[in-house]
Amino acid sequence: MTIRFEASLRHLCMNSCQKGMALTVLRVESLTTTLGQAVSLALASGEILGIRGASGCGKSLLLRALVDLDLNTGEVWLDNRARSTIPAHQWRRQVGLLPAESHWWSDRVGDHFPKLLWPDEWLSQLGLNQEALSWSVNRLSSGERQRLALLRLLASRPNVLLLDEPTANLDGETTLNVEKILLDLRQDQQIPMIWVSHDPNQLARVADRVLVMEAGGFIS
Amino acid sequence: MSIIQLTPLDIGLAALLVFLLALLSWHWQLGVGKSLLIAAVRTVVQLSLIGMVLKTLFDQTALLWVAVMASVMWLVAGREVIARQKRRFAGPWSYGIGASAMFLSSFVITLFSLLVVISPDPWFTPQYAIPLLGMMLGNTLNSIALSLDRFTHEIWRERSVVEGRLLMGMTWKKAVRPYQKQALRSGMIPTINAMAAAGLVSLPGMMTGQILGGNPPVVAVMYQIMIMFMIASGAGFGAMLAIWLSGKRLSDHRQRLRLDRLT
Repeated sequence: MTIRFEASLRHLCMNSCQKGMALTVLRVESLTTTLGQAVSLALASGEILGIRGASGCGKSLLLRALVDLDLNTGEVWLDNRARSTIPAHQWRRQVGLLPAESHWWSDRVGDHFPKLLWPDEWLSQLGLNQEALSWSVNRLSSGERQRLALLRLLASRPNVLLLDEPTANLDGETTLNVEKILLDLRQDQQIPMIWVSHDPNQLARVADRVLVMEAGGFIS
Repeated sequence: MSIIQLTPLDIGLAALLVFLLALLSWHWQLGVGKSLLIAAVRTVVQLSLIGMVLKTLFDQTALLWVAVMASVMWLVAGREVIARQKRRFAGPWSYGIGASAMFLSSFVITLFSLLVVISPDPWFTPQYAIPLLGMMLGNTLNSIALSLDRFTHEIWRERSVVEGRLLMGMTWKKAVRPYQKQALRSGMIPTINAMAAAGLVSLPGMMTGQILGGNPPVVAVMYQIMIMFMIASGAGFGAMLAIWLSGKRLSDHRQRLRLDRLT
């Protein structure tokens, strides 16, 4: 299966526009989660924003609020379209969240994939093969769950990626492979990402800038 | 065939059996003797009272009193649905869902059977209206309570999976559909089983009552078939409404899972 993702018109435009000024894809204004601190930020095309902070400081809550999974106030724009004007399920297709813990509802892995389209090398880079799709969900290890959840999210081709500890359960080599897939995706398609990680070294490798969170808000 | 009237002595003989059971329970310390006797006394008091109410009601044939009686029965049934829920909705929704489901399952169906199927004259003849409504309420209550309890329980237990489905871009409707199906199934199964077993495993209560009351078996059977169809459709429609309303209440305009609306 050799299918290459084709850059959409929007990305082509952005590539040319980027020479002068990076285009803001995701803009967050005064987003208040259940922890109560308002967060504002902007994510440029192809930018990877790293976020770190102690456990319980609200990193995951921020990501959940961005996809409108929890009650929140404030506004988020994607390509200058306000979130409130887009039906929630369509918003979640465009702004894809990879939660720290993945969830599965059918017996077979493959039944969870809305589409089965991805570049050939992804499966091998993730240490998986085509057979993985016929596996039973019950026999998956935590690492396999995490890699398959990433594949499932990428296969649905969101325009922005929100990654909550995407390599927490993976060994060193697979971690680097996952980083490579995501960095290639950013390179080829200018997909912006928010990458939450406990590992400062990982964020130094992948992120363009890193914000540190404390009690629901950013301190740097 | 004339009806054999029961005397207080006959009732006393039956009560003797209950006493005997209570005595055995005490002897073996089973711990059900007290509740058995309390329940037995409640049966006597409650049924005697309702007997008097029904006698007055039947003597009058007044729409107003039939309506008052029916409303009281309906409101108590709505409360009973909620009392059987492990996870209830906060605020007036809790009672509202139970009462509206009972209204559809029993009130509407009983009205239909009175106006269209049986057509007594007048249509609200209490001898027909009250027992029919009572039977509908009693039998559909279980299905509705079961469905509702199963639905809220499953959504609560599987909340992460529901959110996982929402994260994959499913609409709320699609994300909760499997749980709604399960809930409806578990609510309908007792009714379906009762229909399937009718006449083979058990003789339904209403039919038995009619035969004891001196009616020909064919008439009793016809009434029983009608009642079972009414109960099955009432239970199904009521459970569907309850599950649909709960589904609405457990989400909001942004298709979020709102477990905070459960207590």
